Amino acid sequence: MPLELFLDLYSPPCRAIYIFARKNGIPFELRPVDLGRGEHLKPEFLKVNPLRKLPALKDGDFLLAESVAILLYLSHKYQAATHWYPSELQARARVDEYLAWQHTAVQLPASNVYLCKSLLPHFSGQPVDPVQLDRLLGKLKPALQHLDGEVLAAKPFLATEQLSLADLMAFTELMQPTAVGCDIFQDWPRLAAWRARVEAALGPELVQDAHRLVLQPRDPRDAQRDPKLAQELVQRLLERLS
Amino acid sequence: MGLELYLDLLSQPSRAVYIFAKKNGIPFELRSVELLKGMMFPVFLGEQVPPETLASTLAELDRCLQLLEDKFLKDQDFVAGPHISVADLVAITELMHPVSAGCQVFRSRPKLAAWRQRVEAEVGKDLFQEAHAAVMKVEDLPPADPAIKEKLKPSVQCLLQ
Repeated sequence: MPLELFLDLYSPPCRAIYIFARKNGIPFELRPVDLGRGEHLKPEFLKVNPLRKLPALKDGDFLLAESVAILLYLSHKYQAATHWYPSELQARARVDEYLAWQHTAVQLPASNVYLCKSLLPHFSGQPVDPVQLDRLLGKLKPALQHLDGEVLAAKPFLATEQLSLADLMAFTELMQPTAVGCDIFQDWPRLAAWRARVEAALGPELVQDAHRLVLQPRDPRDAQRDPKLAQELVQRLLERLS
Repeated sequence: MGLELYLDLLSQPSRAVYIFAKKNGIPFELRSVELLKGMMFPVFLGEQVPPETLASTLAELDRCLQLLEDKFLKDQDFVAGPHISVADLVAITELMHPVSAGCQVFRSRPKLAAWRQRVEAEVGKDLFQEAHAAVMKVEDLPPADPAIKEKLKPSVQCLLQ
């Protein structure tokens, strides 16, 4: 049985893994799990990841959760080019530093903007709350300020002089609010230039392919397919965003 | 200049780094930084935490502890397998935090309590207690400077939400 990757391309960490696997020619079976249909909450998926989250990896009998752990596992197992995760001590530490920091500093606020702008209106049928959106954009600002004003002022990529796992994770995270109309790059010129560099390095076709789903407007009928689930999701979203 | 570690032993991740460095005989200069933050919100703010907030925070903690037991610890001796790893250090220092605030996370969870004993034994009782001395004595903290207290209050309240 080849490597299985359980992904939903609506999710930024899933896209990072998808892009990494494709870019590095890693053979895998894609196992789509539809978060919008609550498939991650079903018993079959619980066997894959009891934490009920995506992404997840299954390599024979070996089960692995957590996007950073999965990226590192793939890097080591398939001996990806060293720019992704350098072997030099301090260069590697820089990548580690970004990967640890980004969970709460980038991923959390960026995904909250996305949830407010896209997912919550989609499932609730209500328009976007502009006050809430503004507040959530404010929470992302310190990270953008740091990356644009400090990190990218000193070097072309986020951790080292070359594209690394740090850039891959950041790219898919920052594309999330951007793809649904909150262009977080517009006020930050160095970040915008970095984005172009990353896209060029990854390959525009691969990036487009990975982002196809999140770039499409959602079909309102999808939300009405399962009203009970929609209601539950709205509840969870409201709690998370409050 | 040798290795310098900027740590606040009231902070959980700082404690994990401190224990790891000492246990592995890594030479370093400790640069103490006082963050004046922690789980002891009522002590620090001098106010009661609203019961609903406390209840939902504890419920969330409980859920995480269950995951720690079921997904990570399972029937193993340590969080990532049969041997102690940095994962155990990070986990134990985080859990000692609510304990120091009077929240007995280990009392109703014998599996976690047993794991804690194992980690303490591997790390060494003396080192473990030394690292946690500051946070266990938090009730003896002098009252915070009122100006600093006012300044930090919004971020402390934000952390609770």
